[in-house]
Amino acid sequence: MNFAEIGLNVLVALSQLILFLLLAPLVTGWVRKVKAFMQNRSGPGVWQPYFDLVKLLRKEVVVSQTTSWIFTFTPYLVFTVMLAIGLLIPFYTSLVPLGFIGDAIAVIYLLALARFFTALAGLDAASAFGGLGSSREMSLAAIIEPAMMLAIFTVAVRAGSTSLSTIVQHSGAWDLLAPPHLLASIGFFIIVIAETGRIPVDNPATHLELTMIHEAMILEYSGRYLALIEWASSMKLLLFLTLLANIFLPGGIATQLTFGSIAISLGIFLLKVLVLATLVALVECSAAKLRLFRVPDLLAASFVLSLLALVLYFLLGGAGHAIL
Amino acid sequence: MTAQFYFGLSLVLYLAGAVFPIIWRSQPRRSSYAAHLLSAAAAVSGLISSLLVLLGHPEFKVSVPVLSALADIVPSVKLFAGLSLKMDALSAFFVLVISLLGLPISIYSLGYVREYEGKKSVTLLGILYNLFVLSMILVVTADNALLFLIVWELMSIVSYLLVIFEHDRPENAHAGFVYLVMTHVGTAFLILLFMLFLHQAGSFDFDAFRKVSGNFSDMAKTFLFVFALIGFGTKAGLVPLHIWLPYAHPAAPSHISALMSGVMIKTAIYGIVRVFFDFLQPELVWWWGLVVLVLATISTVWGVLYALMEHDLKKLLAYHSVENIGIILIGIGLAMIGASYKGDPNLTSLAALATIAGLYHLVNHAAFKSLLFLGAGAVISQAHTRNIEELGGLIKLMPWTAAFFLIGAVAISALPPLNGFVSEWLTFQALLLGLGLPDVIVKLTVPISAALLALSGALAAACFVKAFGISFLGMPRSEHAGHVREVSQTMRGGMGFLALLCILLGVLPMVFIPLIDRVTASLLGTSIASQMQFSLLMFAPLDHSLANISPLALGLLLLLILPITLRLAHMGGALHRRQTQTWGCGLPLLSPRMEYTATGFSKPIRMIFQNIYQPRKEIEVETDVSQYVRKRIRYKLQIEPHFEKYFYEPLSHFILKVSGVFLRIQSGSVNIYLIYILVTLLILLLLVR
Repeated sequence: MNFAEIGLNVLVALSQLILFLLLAPLVTGWVRKVKAFMQNRSGPGVWQPYFDLVKLLRKEVVVSQTTSWIFTFTPYLVFTVMLAIGLLIPFYTSLVPLGFIGDAIAVIYLLALARFFTALAGLDAASAFGGLGSSREMSLAAIIEPAMMLAIFTVAVRAGSTSLSTIVQHSGAWDLLAPPHLLASIGFFIIVIAETGRIPVDNPATHLELTMIHEAMILEYSGRYLALIEWASSMKLLLFLTLLANIFLPGGIATQLTFGSIAISLGIFLLKVLVLATLVALVECSAAKLRLFRVPDLLAASFVLSLLALVLYFLLGGAGHAIL
Repeated sequence: MTAQFYFGLSLVLYLAGAVFPIIWRSQPRRSSYAAHLLSAAAAVSGLISSLLVLLGHPEFKVSVPVLSALADIVPSVKLFAGLSLKMDALSAFFVLVISLLGLPISIYSLGYVREYEGKKSVTLLGILYNLFVLSMILVVTADNALLFLIVWELMSIVSYLLVIFEHDRPENAHAGFVYLVMTHVGTAFLILLFMLFLHQAGSFDFDAFRKVSGNFSDMAKTFLFVFALIGFGTKAGLVPLHIWLPYAHPAAPSHISALMSGVMIKTAIYGIVRVFFDFLQPELVWWWGLVVLVLATISTVWGVLYALMEHDLKKLLAYHSVENIGIILIGIGLAMIGASYKGDPNLTSLAALATIAGLYHLVNHAAFKSLLFLGAGAVISQAHTRNIEELGGLIKLMPWTAAFFLIGAVAISALPPLNGFVSEWLTFQALLLGLGLPDVIVKLTVPISAALLALSGALAAACFVKAFGISFLGMPRSEHAGHVREVSQTMRGGMGFLALLCILLGVLPMVFIPLIDRVTASLLGTSIASQMQFSLLMFAPLDHSLANISPLALGLLLLLILPITLRLAHMGGALHRRQTQTWGCGLPLLSPRMEYTATGFSKPIRMIFQNIYQPRKEIEVETDVSQYVRKRIRYKLQIEPHFEKYFYEPLSHFILKVSGVFLRIQSGSVNIYLIYILVTLLILLLLVR
């Protein structure tokens, strides 16, 4: 590897980091805008999340006396983990410079690390709300994780690798028409909804104790801690939409580092994320929030879809994609 | 020479540790120091010896002079003649694990056993401790089935004595009884196993066993498999043979629990690997591995599900041992399937990878589980309760213990960048490769096994959020929990050593995996470390194209990004931080009674998996005046372990009933017995006439 290549890789990594960091609040703003449109409201502008973040960063932090260092440490950790994941997944090029550090499984477990500490922080303030949120979040995560692993397995089996960039390189634009891939994609879409805390699983806009899950955990946070956590949630949404876009709706991603291909790929990527974000917003508007104990059924559906996808893959002799 | 010397030295030091404390039996402090310093020295010596062997020192044999001498004196005990110990790569690996834990646990014990001064015989505890470690070392190095059975029994009995060490508690006597019964059921099957071997080999020597593996009929091989599975499965705590484990591990003093959970149950894994990969490797049948894989997967989920419902800190950890033994055996089971297809180099590599995954998880589990047990011991020694519903807020009063326990909790939840993650990642990779196995049933079992492994990982995280969050965070839920103090320096040192080990095993797997690779290379004949390793940074399963991770780089990446996070957070200027009390929904003061409880925390999981748990609820309502004026409500929730209720209870009833029948013959009267003897004699005389 010569200096030019190293320089190019550093450039890609940096641009990916900055894009991930700056684009994330916009996606959240866009989802909110679409929701408002669907509900016949004008709603805040798409830039509102940025203003919120700036305001929160400036505000004073109020911390409970009961809390320990876990409470202070968690926002920093969660944000750091999300940024690190941003360097491990392919956005607009399938060549991830730091992809050697972690594969799809590492990404899933890094997300679990962030969740683990958020749940601990929920218990740290000794408020019943925090405990309630932590308990619900960890319980649902327990069912989300196997479904997610199975969905990843479906694509990993075909690529023969759990490395995200290899998976992306192995998928073609018309994969979605292959039955195993289609089933796994639907399964993963359900996971995206659940993991990012959207209706019908969780409602990011509520603070009603009957229904809230994620919001209850972070109820004690304020000021810059809250800003970090909100920003990290935005990044998580973008992260899952990206995974969905690049792994399950592949096509158009640059496999070489040339200026032209990257420009086209970036355009396609942004378009895909926009469409998927709209889809998430539409689901949010057209579904009612499920009762907490109905959520496992939904996630079980996702699990079964992915399992079916794997079985189909073997039944079609590993050539599920050749039947077209 | 050197490795032999250190090995012999370590045995002698353990023996000394079992003898010298008697000299100072009237001075508990001194006798405890003698016992635990000697065992720490022995552990270091064992560590050197096993490392030398794993790094290339040739394997060696040590004969046991006492027993050989006995064979000379009493010619009829010819069986004792060839008794010897042997240190090959597999034994060295297990000696390494035992010694690696023996050192920090001995240091921890220096402080920990002070709690027993004046209450119990510290001398006895020290002697039993040394004998226990010694017996485990002997189990994994015995080179003769008879010697193996003798030291296996020694290990069982010493650990039984340690389980009932605090015998004044009635529940400990019960725990000891269950343990004693189960462990002897296991030993009985092991005796059957070795008898089958003896029948073919004509000798108890392990060398002879290796030579006769091809002589067994299919039927006999099936019996060998079943006997080994039940015999070792009982000790390992494989579902459904796990029932003794949640009783026995919590009953023992905490440093002993750490040893039992950390290494004793691993001697069963040693047995499984020794029998299937050493003695029977050319004769492996594919469905054996499948059975092990299925049982292991069930153990994984079963263990963690019951751990979630447990509020006794040590019992919770004991159930997690069932889970982790399952994860280890998922690797071993896959390896057994892979190794049963002889001649296919790809599948042999898969077997090697799966074995490495299993054995690496074994080391990791030993490290974080003993750390957690030592942490639990520190908490219990201060708060005098094992019930996490009575703890809370300990992180402020015991910051070191809390930090160490947290490291253990993160590691056991398989979160990066600690060690549990690396071995679970390897297991996932082995499972993914397992999809390439030729049998359809295996192909369908493997993804389900992977999904259930992910489920157990997530449930373990939930369980440790509960265990750490409820006991260390929030407000103290009882008087005791509010008055704890940080534990002594030796205890912190022991825990710190293990916490460091968890981190090192997590970020530097490439240093440790070549050591394990020597074991798999000696067993399977394929060394795959060169395929897995690229640099100190990166490693991959078998082939670079399959995926790779770099735990060290991941850790560094997190450390590098942290300043960026701090910088971004600092955009709004200097930090203004105000402390107030937690918002109490308008009430003036929050009390610990309003905090979330462990029972409440695990309620959603209890609801989601209620078909498995089948919880029994009893609600008693006392009313006054009318049914709407309630005076008192009593709520009782109970979850009964299924296997005990539906399998072991009927079984023990059956056994009691059968014994009841035989009781009629056994009247206890000597006259009747004399008649029996007479009748038997007459019959024999008639028959042999």
